[in-house]
Amino acid sequence: METVFERTPTFKDCPTHYCPGCGHGIAHRLVAETVDELGTRGRTIGIAPVGCAVLAYDYLDVDMVEVAHGRAPAVATGMKRTNPDKIIFSYQGDGDLAAIGTSEIVHAAHRGEQITVIFINNAVFGMTGGQMAPTTVLGQVTTTTPLGRKAEGEGYPLQVSELLAVLPGAIYIERCAVHKPAEVRKAKKAIKHAFQLQVDGAKGLSMVEVLSQCPTAWRMTPAEAVEWVDKEMTKVFPLGRLKG
Amino acid sequence: MCGNEALAEAAIIAGVDAYFGYPITPQNEITAYMSRRMPEEGRVFVQCESELAAINMVFGASATGKRSMTTSSSPGISLMQEGLSYLAGAELPAVVVNVMRGGPGLGNIAPAQGDYFQATRGGGHGDYRTITLGPSSVQELVDCMGLAFDLADEYRMPVIILADGILGQMMEPVVLNGEKRWPKREPPAKDWALTGASGRKQNIVRSLWLKEGVLEELNNKLHRRYKQIEKNEVICEQYEVDYAEIVVVAYGVAARIVRGAVTRAREQGIKVGWIRPITLWPFPTEQISKAAEELKVFLVVEMSLGQMVEDVKLAVAGKAPVLFFGRAGGAVPTVEQVLETIRQLTIPEKR
Ligand SMILES: Cc1ncc(C[n+]2csc(CCOP(=O)(O)OP(=O)(O)O)c2C)c(N)n1
Repeated sequence: METVFERTPTFKDCPTHYCPGCGHGIAHRLVAETVDELGTRGRTIGIAPVGCAVLAYDYLDVDMVEVAHGRAPAVATGMKRTNPDKIIFSYQGDGDLAAIGTSEIVHAAHRGEQITVIFINNAVFGMTGGQMAPTTVLGQVTTTTPLGRKAEGEGYPLQVSELLAVLPGAIYIERCAVHKPAEVRKAKKAIKHAFQLQVDGAKGLSMVEVLSQCPTAWRMTPAEAVEWVDKEMTKVFPLGRLKG
Repeated sequence: MCGNEALAEAAIIAGVDAYFGYPITPQNEITAYMSRRMPEEGRVFVQCESELAAINMVFGASATGKRSMTTSSSPGISLMQEGLSYLAGAELPAVVVNVMRGGPGLGNIAPAQGDYFQATRGGGHGDYRTITLGPSSVQELVDCMGLAFDLADEYRMPVIILADGILGQMMEPVVLNGEKRWPKREPPAKDWALTGASGRKQNIVRSLWLKEGVLEELNNKLHRRYKQIEKNEVICEQYEVDYAEIVVVAYGVAARIVRGAVTRAREQGIKVGWIRPITLWPFPTEQISKAAEELKVFLVVEMSLGQMVEDVKLAVAGKAPVLFFGRAGGAVPTVEQVLETIRQLTIPEKR
């Protein structure tokens, strides 16, 4: 029989702790495939966030560090500046990157740090039980917006990719999703491009935002969650290349 | 050269690979100096967006095995406490210089010693310590720099140099490249560093340990290391303690004032000596405890309203009276004030 799909070596052969239907595992695999296809495992250093992906190093077989909530872009800066030959990536959720770590991501992009950021937007704080994130869409019910998010007092969903795209130091920004095979393939292409830029020594930060299903915190079945990304989330967070 | 510039050059001599800083008075000379000297040396300088970022950049560089440092003053050091806790948890070396100023809050920009508790107690969350050095001259600031990097590497933990605004601004002659007061130590191999998993298994630097009992194991391991540091790394100076009836304990710039006051008091026939801790943690508990056996009176002088005095009391353990004189908010005790305090001390009857 012909093998048509295999686990890529940098993705460890073990079960993950992610909930059924969660997008993190897919995003992890895309990063692992990229590292293997670019042949950079031996010089890649990854940064795990605080959030559901805190244990990313249990699944991604590259050198990895776990850092304080939101600080990954600063840690990445310290790593890349002292190791320009290494491929440095951070993997961050939307609480990590768009709430507590906005300062770090904005300034890393602003300085044009030559790092790659994988930004997982699931519109909630997953790990702490599904609270509102800056990316939560209007009307969305979370544990801290029991009546649905209101613009007044709680703000509109924060579009970090659009925000960063205006900075000259950010050279490539694309928003993708992983709820459909076609989108997964596009996300893979984007992630690979973002890493490739760093490998090529391109002068600036590359970031791929990945819309990711969180059926558990959304109180949905995995099928409903996929549907919700498709119908609701992409309305607020349109897919496509924003920069570069 | 002012103290700030001297310590910056000393860090370069000590082999610092990367400096990350955010401006704050009274230590701006360090950041300015490094912005010129580090690129000259082909090393890394970054002016960061905040002290939070600075300490995390230190964390990043350090996780890859590089010698890295940051400097700041009190309010900035408060922001770094999160990072210090993570450095301690992840067992990463780092050197942090705090050129202390008056507090709390924005306080003022005058010299103070109000961050002693923060530095010697860990400062951030969790069960950890940071080695803390309290130099009292520009030369000692320079000497402490090399020692700080060596200790950080050897024990895989952050080391804090606790200076103050006077020391940072003061001009004194220094020997930068002379014979080492504390011999250079062979840095241990950093086989834990993140260098890319080329031809080896993956390295992970982390501080999260969820499985039952694992974190306690780490805590115990750190604790054993701290005990070893307390046993092996205490540095302090003493003067005429054996024959004294009064012992004055002070560190940093306050110790210079004490030295002056003690010299004058001795000219007036008062039997007084001093103990000057250079390592504030590990604290010279044994030395002070030994002096207390002789039933002396202790006077602690600080540029705060009393922080190190608690460690002196713990060391004395009720064996002798411990008195305190301090000025806070950027005020510096004068030689006359300390002298007067010494004169007024009543010596208990020898039993
Ligand atoms: C300083 C700090 N504040 C709060 C927390 C608690 N906390 C852990 S994860 C998290 C939110 C994570 O959400 P996100 O980044 O969206 O990632 P997800 O879990 O959804 O993948 C929070 C608030 C923490 N660990 N540290």
